[in-house]
Amino acid sequence: MSTATLEPRVHAPRNYLNADYGWKSWLFTLDHKRIALLYLVSITFFFIVGGSFAVLMRIQLVDPQGAIVQPETYNKLFTLHGVVMIFFFLIPSIPAVLGNFLVPLMVGARDLAFPKLNLLSWYIYIVGGLFTLYSTIAGGVDTGWTFYTPYSSTYSNTQVTAVAVGVFITGFSSILTGLNFIVTIHKMRAPGLTWFRMPLFLWAMYATSIIMVLGTPVLAITIFLLALEHLFHVGIFSPALGGDPLLFQHLFWFYSHPAVYIMILPAMGVVSEIIACFSRKRIFGYKIVAFSSVAIAVLGFLVWGHHMFVTGQSVYAGIIFSLLSFLVAIPSAIKVFNWTATLYKGSISFDAPMLYAMGFIGLFTMGGLTGLFLASLATDVHLNGTYFVVAHFHYIMVGGAVMGYLGGIHFWWPKISGRKYPNGWAALAAAIIFIGFNLTFFPQFVLGYLGMPRRYAFYPAEFQVLNVMSSAGATVLGVGYLIPLIYLFWSMRYGPIAEPNPWGATGLEWQTPSPPPTENFSKIPVVTEEAYAYAEQEAGHE
Amino acid sequence: MSHIVVPQKTYIYIFLTLIGLTALTTGVAYVDLGPFNTVVALAIAFSKMLLVILFFMNVRNSSGLIRIIIVAAFFWFALLIAFTMSDYRTRTWTPAPDSWSSAPPTHP
Ligand code: HEM
Ligand SMILES: [Cu+2]
Repeated sequence: MSTATLEPRVHAPRNYLNADYGWKSWLFTLDHKRIALLYLVSITFFFIVGGSFAVLMRIQLVDPQGAIVQPETYNKLFTLHGVVMIFFFLIPSIPAVLGNFLVPLMVGARDLAFPKLNLLSWYIYIVGGLFTLYSTIAGGVDTGWTFYTPYSSTYSNTQVTAVAVGVFITGFSSILTGLNFIVTIHKMRAPGLTWFRMPLFLWAMYATSIIMVLGTPVLAITIFLLALEHLFHVGIFSPALGGDPLLFQHLFWFYSHPAVYIMILPAMGVVSEIIACFSRKRIFGYKIVAFSSVAIAVLGFLVWGHHMFVTGQSVYAGIIFSLLSFLVAIPSAIKVFNWTATLYKGSISFDAPMLYAMGFIGLFTMGGLTGLFLASLATDVHLNGTYFVVAHFHYIMVGGAVMGYLGGIHFWWPKISGRKYPNGWAALAAAIIFIGFNLTFFPQFVLGYLGMPRRYAFYPAEFQVLNVMSSAGATVLGVGYLIPLIYLFWSMRYGPIAEPNPWGATGLEWQTPSPPPTENFSKIPVVTEEAYAYAEQEAGHE
Repeated sequence: MSHIVVPQKTYIYIFLTLIGLTALTTGVAYVDLGPFNTVVALAIAFSKMLLVILFFMNVRNSSGLIRIIIVAAFFWFALLIAFTMSDYRTRTWTPAPDSWSSAPPTHP
């Protein structure tokens, strides 16, 4: 495009982006929308860091003998990949970026309940991130993102403490975010916005916040105990000191299984918004979908022992955890069925956000169903510790949560940036990501089923074909992720100006200009109808 | 929102009580009460916790919603303990194979 497309900025109405300039206006901002952008930039950075570790791993595994690094280095690669992707990208992704941006807009408020805490949460996140980056440079960690004892507390001579401190600190940023959302949703809803008129994204954020507030302190305490044992030899987890290694796993998974729902519930919220908008219908069974978010949040706390079936955990506890794990699949399935039922007789259009949402449904379903294989006591004996587990959680976390995140970014980008991105490129990227993803991770189900263990730098030669497929898929996936990065950047300057409601969506966030003014609404809106009143909207047009 | 103003004196008394209880914990640690060592220590800790929640956190004068949240948090903690204990309490129900129950290997 020529420079002629650059409109003179003077005519742009005042909004949160042009309200102020200079680095101070960003680093000291209390505007939830600007804080969301601070998070967007930081988690994108960590996504690239975590992604580079993954690239190195996939290059290594092209050759059964290991193509590039020694086993010690490989151990550090998968550990840092996991730590960075989970604690510094996926957990903050939708809540801290889209949630921060949208919760006040969706409830019809001028900001979150505690704007200063909100900014503080970003700084805490950054400090935690710096610890982790420091530990990477200072030699890395090799315990796996799960930090299992007694290896982590007694034997590993890598930077366990530094990373543990980093994860510990970052935890507080998600506690603060959760607290802020809970209070905002309880106390600051616009007149007329009753609980059952709330968009499902808000329900998802609410459920997620509960997990963040109730679960994260346990992770913090666990890491604290680990450090206590590591540094002062207080016997908690190490049998040599009179502790029990499995106690660590209990405490760790009490947080970390619910944490997987911190990642997926927000994505489910995003998908509900997108499905409703692009099939022009109210979500089928709105209340059930809303309650299933809360049910997942609650039940998700009671299944952690399914990570410990083969560890020496009591088989009786195992039976209970297995049963409860099957139960948690029910609310997840309810959501999938209800989204599908929403599509039925909808007038569907396949814009980029919808492509991501459809991708989400399919991939999440595969991830969830394979979870049931793993939740069965007998099959898990075979599958535990293999690539099957790796494939399972990547279907959920990458096929599910990351797809949801990208769908959400594409859906709300016009609102966030005030610009539109090229639809053709966006659809192409979504297709490339879908293909690349499946090529990367489907072979891993097969590998795991055939018995290839996870977390090894070498493997038997007969597994090479599937591993090369997976590495090839990772390349495609990488390209798929790069394309949106380019055109979204491009659109910030050259994209066509977005109108306030480019998708014709319902919801308060679409009733204010794009990008919104600093105070969000010139007048606090009054809500008079249910969420997703697409039928009414359509009727109004005729 | 409650607007009851708590007199400063209350905070000072509670603070002194907490200090007193801390001293008591330390003192009791020097006395061997047999199986009651833990019981007494936990009982003191529990009363301190109640004082903090009711007075310092002012839950005494808080709304129902806040109370529900506090109770829920403790319920959550109870779940953590209960399900973890479901492992520890039942581990020995299944006898280990003979080769396991013999003396544990000694470290070289
Ligand atoms: C339908 C519900 C689900 C069931 C029944 C289920 C079941 C399981 C089971 C039994 C395992 C342990 C496998 C093993 O170690 O042998 C597992 C691992 C895992 N799952 Fe799921 N899962 C479900 C949903 C999810 C969701 C929604 C996520 C993430 C958003 C997720 C992420 C993970 C992760 C990260 C691991 C591996 C952790 C590790 O060892 O590093 N799962 N899942
Ligand atoms: Cu789990």
